[in-house]
Amino acid sequence: MPLLFWLLVWEGAALCAGHRSLEAAWTTWRQTGDISGLLTCLWEGQAFILPAPPRVAQELVELVGTADFWRTAAASLCRVFAGAAAGVGLGTALAAFTAVSRWARLIFAPAVKVVRAAPVASFIILVLLWADRNWVPAIIAALMVLPVVWANVVQGVESTDAQLLELSRAYGFPRRRTLTLVYVPSVLPYFAAACRTSLGLAWKAGVAAEVLCLPKLAIGTQVSNAKTYLETPALFAWTLTVLCLSFLLEWGLGRLLGRLERGKGGTDRAGDP
Amino acid sequence: MLEIRELTLSYGDKRVLDRFSLTVPGEGITALSGPSGCGKTTLLRVLAGLETPSSGSFAGLEPDRAVLLFQENRLFPWRTAEQHIADVLPRPDRETARRWLAAAGLEGEEGTCPAALSGGMARRLSLVRALALAEVRRGWLLLDEPFAGVDPARAEALMEAVRGLGLPVLLCAHEQHTVSLADRRVDLEGPPLRTVKSARA
Repeated sequence: MPLLFWLLVWEGAALCAGHRSLEAAWTTWRQTGDISGLLTCLWEGQAFILPAPPRVAQELVELVGTADFWRTAAASLCRVFAGAAAGVGLGTALAAFTAVSRWARLIFAPAVKVVRAAPVASFIILVLLWADRNWVPAIIAALMVLPVVWANVVQGVESTDAQLLELSRAYGFPRRRTLTLVYVPSVLPYFAAACRTSLGLAWKAGVAAEVLCLPKLAIGTQVSNAKTYLETPALFAWTLTVLCLSFLLEWGLGRLLGRLERGKGGTDRAGDP
Repeated sequence: MLEIRELTLSYGDKRVLDRFSLTVPGEGITALSGPSGCGKTTLLRVLAGLETPSSGSFAGLEPDRAVLLFQENRLFPWRTAEQHIADVLPRPDRETARRWLAAAGLEGEEGTCPAALSGGMARRLSLVRALALAEVRRGWLLLDEPFAGVDPARAEALMEAVRGLGLPVLLCAHEQHTVSLADRRVDLEGPPLRTVKSARA
């Protein structure tokens, strides 16, 4: 229902844009007297300003039918996924290190703040100077994900129930059992929230990096081409592709995190009831 | 025999134990009774090695082998009743876990998580978890308000289970019923915990 509502809003906006292009087409016809020129101007003018949903769907269907579309989408998906996974892994590892060392917190906290506050474009251009253009989107995605995961996991560790930790100590639980029985279940909701939030960030930053770095096979490169050649329907079609891929990844992540949360407090011993 | 000699401990400016001394026989169940906030819990925490006194000492009890039942249940929200018992055993042993759950009257609740247990059931689970660990460690059993929210009939049955372990027990309690189930009682005065008001069998 909400999807239908927004499609109608889009269609309405496209009609308004069409009205503006009608005026432009009318002026052109009056000046040249060419009826085919009027129709072309009407169709292309509307598509240029704001293409209607059927025009974008048509563009998307045409794109999906080409092998290049799938290669491009797969390449971008791999870059963003690899970057997000690296950011999650590194952020979690740094958070764990921060939890056990006060010095680590003193060192990492300002660096993470800088990464959070600095403009993504600056990072993209800097990393482009140091790394291969194919790797830049993945590195940028990782850089955007890392601070979110780090901050959330640190917060999760800090909010772990002190009474349960004291009980673990008093009852002589080995470190590994304390980790699996107390820390992991306590941190998991924070970790899951960080992963869900940062996945969207990874896509935004990753595609932005592709637009600036123009790797050979990348959605961002296609978006940049669409801008250069004023192909607004293609721009919309590629953006829809990013949305679909993002939802797909989010769905997969949701299932994985759901399984982890259901099984939290899992055993560290074979044969445990 | 547990000998406590002039234990002193403060939380900031607040003195909780003030040169407190007590001798307790190394067998049977001894109940410590006293007004709320008089320092009973702190005393048990010192004996369990969770607090370090500023001065004084005790002998006849090894903190590493003692088991403290905390005043709060301290159950893991994500673990089942059976897992709570299994967690304190040196190796997975479903039979032992079920035996202790049966002693607490928690048969059929093996797969239940704490949120689905009543207050009394959660307390009993917390207690039998401590008893299962005490059976392994064979040291002093320190029980802080063990039967809070537990009905008298179940408290008596559980006290028999405690007695069955054959370990020296020191328990803190408010309810006279719990105190009456012990072999001897020590009435304390405080805060700060300084003197023993009376001791009798």
